[in-house]
Amino acid sequence: MDFNLSDDRRMLKESLSRFLQDRYGFETRNEIAGSEQGFSRELWAQMAELGLIGAMLPEEVGGFGGEGFDVMTVMEELGRAIVVEPVLPTAVLGAGILADAGSDSQKALLEKVISGDLLLAFAHGEPESRYSLSEVRCRAAQVDDGWVLDGQKAVVLNGDTADKLIVSARTSGGDDDEAGLTLFLIDANAQGVSRRGYANVDGGRAAEVTLEDVSVAQEAVIGTVGEAFPVIEHAIGRGILAVCAEALGAMDAAKDMTLEFLQTRKQFGVPLGKFQVLQHRMVEMCLEIEQARSATILAAGRMNEDRRTREAALSAAKNLVGRSARLVAEESIQMHGGIGMTWEYALPHFAKRLTMIEHLFGDADHHLERFATLSQAS
Amino acid sequence: MDMNFTPEEIAFRDEVRGFLKDKLPESLAAKVKGGKRLLKADYELWHKRLNERGWLAWHWPVEQGGTGWTPIEKHIFEEECVAAGAPRVVPFGLNMLGPVLIKFGSDEQRAHYLPRILNGDDWWCQGYSEPGSGSDLASLKTRAVRDGDHYVVNGQKTWTTLGHFADWIFCLVRTDSESKPQAGISFLLIDMKTPGITVQPIVTLDGEHEVNEVFFEDVRVPVGNLVGEENKGWTYAKYLLTYERTGIAGVAFAKSGLAHLKQVASKQMKGRKPLAQDPLFASRIAQVEIDLMAMETFNLRIVSAAQHGGVPGVESSMLKIKGTEIRQEITDLLRRALGPYAAPFVPEGLDEGYNEPPIGPDYANPVASQYFNMRKVSIYGGSNEIQKNIVAKMMLGL
Repeated sequence: MDFNLSDDRRMLKESLSRFLQDRYGFETRNEIAGSEQGFSRELWAQMAELGLIGAMLPEEVGGFGGEGFDVMTVMEELGRAIVVEPVLPTAVLGAGILADAGSDSQKALLEKVISGDLLLAFAHGEPESRYSLSEVRCRAAQVDDGWVLDGQKAVVLNGDTADKLIVSARTSGGDDDEAGLTLFLIDANAQGVSRRGYANVDGGRAAEVTLEDVSVAQEAVIGTVGEAFPVIEHAIGRGILAVCAEALGAMDAAKDMTLEFLQTRKQFGVPLGKFQVLQHRMVEMCLEIEQARSATILAAGRMNEDRRTREAALSAAKNLVGRSARLVAEESIQMHGGIGMTWEYALPHFAKRLTMIEHLFGDADHHLERFATLSQAS
Repeated sequence: MDMNFTPEEIAFRDEVRGFLKDKLPESLAAKVKGGKRLLKADYELWHKRLNERGWLAWHWPVEQGGTGWTPIEKHIFEEECVAAGAPRVVPFGLNMLGPVLIKFGSDEQRAHYLPRILNGDDWWCQGYSEPGSGSDLASLKTRAVRDGDHYVVNGQKTWTTLGHFADWIFCLVRTDSESKPQAGISFLLIDMKTPGITVQPIVTLDGEHEVNEVFFEDVRVPVGNLVGEENKGWTYAKYLLTYERTGIAGVAFAKSGLAHLKQVASKQMKGRKPLAQDPLFASRIAQVEIDLMAMETFNLRIVSAAQHGGVPGVESSMLKIKGTEIRQEITDLLRRALGPYAAPFVPEGLDEGYNEPPIGPDYANPVASQYFNMRKVSIYGGSNEIQKNIVAKMMLGL
C-alpha cells in the first residue's frame, strides 16, 4: 500500500504547476475566460506540448498514461488555477471515447488531439435528459450508405469551438433504454448541424447543438451500433473523476486564500483567525476536503474494477465532492465577507467553479440515489 | 499509488482470521455483536487468549513483550478483531500506561509492572479528569504533597472507566501549584487498595455503570511510584495522546455498525416493504456509507504514511472528529430504523442468562441505549471542539 505519486506523475504535476504559476495567473485566466472563444489557443498549444493531453491517454493510442491517477494528477493541478481550456471535453471525454471504442482510423485522429490541433466535444445531454445517461431522444436512422441524425443536444461543453462532435443517438429501443444507443463522430460544420454557443457562468463555454437531417457515412459510427451505453458510462465516469480532482485543486486554492485572509484581515483589533467560531469553520472545511480527496483517490484506484465497484466509487466521490465543494464555496465567500462578493477578486471565481462542478455529470442528490441503487444491487 | 495489501499482509490477515476462528469463543462474539453486557471475566478471558499467542500488547516493542508489528499489520489486526466480534482490549494498562512506562519509566517499574499487565495480574484505570477539569485538563487540582518517602494525595478523579474493576490507577496529580498549570503536574501510580481511596459509581444516561468517581483522602503513595520526573507529568500525558492513534477513527466499529444497520433495515417494515427499500431511508444509509468509505481511505492514507516512516500528528484529530461523527450517525439511524420498538427499556435483558422472550425484534433492546451511550465519543479523549482547536493551531496556524 502506497499513496504516494509515482515519479513520472510527480514530475508531470510539478512541471504543470510551474507552468500555471508562470503563465496562468488569475488576471490572465479571467481575461481568457471572458474572451470570444472562451479559451486561449496559444496556451492550449503549450499545454499540449507539456504533455497534458497525452497524460490522459494510454500508450496504445500514442499517449503515456490514461490511468485514473493520471487523470487525477493533471486535473487537480488545473483546478488550482481554474483553467478554462477545453481539457475536459477534448482530452477526457472526446479522446477517451475514441481511445476506448474508436475504429483504427478514428484512433488515428488522436495524434492531432494529443498535439493540440484537434478539438472535440461530447454531445450527449439533451434538454430533458437532466443527468440520465440512457435518456436519448436524438435519432439516427439507417439509410443506404450511412445514417441520418435528428435531435437536440444541450449544454455541450465547448460545443461551439470543437472541430468534431461525438454525438449519441438512439438507433433502436425506447427513449430511456440502455440498449439501442450509438455514438457518431461528425464534423462540427457538417450540413444540418447548427450550434448556438454561449459563455458559462463559471468561465468556459458551451453550446446548444441542433441536428437536422445530418447525413453521415457508415464510418462515422464509433464502436458497435446499439451498444454504446457502456462506452458512454465509462466516458462519463472518467469525466466524474476528472471534475472531482479538479474540484480538489480548486477547494485547496479557495481554502488557502481564505486562510491567508483570516490571518491578515483585522477586525476589532485582531486578525479574524483569532476568532474561534471562524477557526472551527476552517477546520470543518479542511475535514471535508480530506474526505473528498479520499473518496476521489478511492474512485481513481477503482477505475479498472468491475462495473458495480467502479461506478459505486465514482458516485460516492461525486456525492462527497458535490457536498464539500458547495461547503467550501459558500464558506469561503462568507468568511471573506464583502470582498468575496466582487468580480475583481479571485476567490469568488473559484467558488463559482466549485459550485457549477456539481452541475456536471450529476449533483450530490443524483449520485446519492445512484449509489444507493448500486449498493442495494450488491 | 497502490491501494492493495501485499501478499505478506494478506497472509498475515489470514493468520489473524485463523486465530480468531480458533480462539474467540462463539458465545463471547455473540454477546459483543448482540450488544450484551460484558463481565470482567469476559475481558480477562480474551486478554488471556491474546497473551498466550503473544498478541496482547501489539503496540509494544518486541523486547518488552510486544509484537513489533508494522502500522499496516496493527491496522489489519484491529479491523479483524472487531469484524469477528472480539471484545475490545481494555486500553488503560496496555495502550496507555504501557507505552508511558516503556518510554519514561524506570527499569524497576518496567520490570515490575509490564509483565503484570500482560498476565492480567493488575487491572489498571486512568485518573485524569476531575469534576472541575474536563477539556481544561491542566487545571486539575488533586494534590500530591511530599512527606518523607511518600506523597500524600488528596482530591477527586471522575469518569474513571471500569475503575470498579481496577487494582491500580495511574493519576495526574498537582505537585507544584506555583508555576504554570502544565508545569506542576506529576504522573503517579496508585494502588487502589491504599487506605483513603473510595470508588463510587456514576450511572450514565443509558442506565449503565461503566464510569466512576474516585476520591482520595490522605492517600499515602510511595515516592517510588512516581513515573519519570516530578512536575513532568504533562509531557507524559501528552505523549499518550499522540501515541498509536491509528485506531482512533474506529473504522472497523463503524463498518460492523453499518452492516448491522443494513440488516435491521432489511427486516424492519414500512408500508409493507422493507425499510431498506424506502428511498428516503435508503439515501440516509447511502450517505453515511459514502462518508465511511471516504474515511476508511483517509485512515489508510494515514496508516500507509506511518508505514513509510511518517508520524501521524494532526491527522489523528481529524480522524477522531470524522470517525465519531460517523459512528454517532450510524447509531442514530439504527435507533430510527426501529420505530416504536426503540422505546422499551429492559436493561436486565442485556445480561447473560436472561430467558424471557424479547419485546419486539430480538435486535431491538440495546439499540436506543447504545445511541445514548455513543454520545460520549465526541466528548471523551479531548472533545471534538478541542480537536478542532488543535487542528486550527497545528495545521492552520490560527
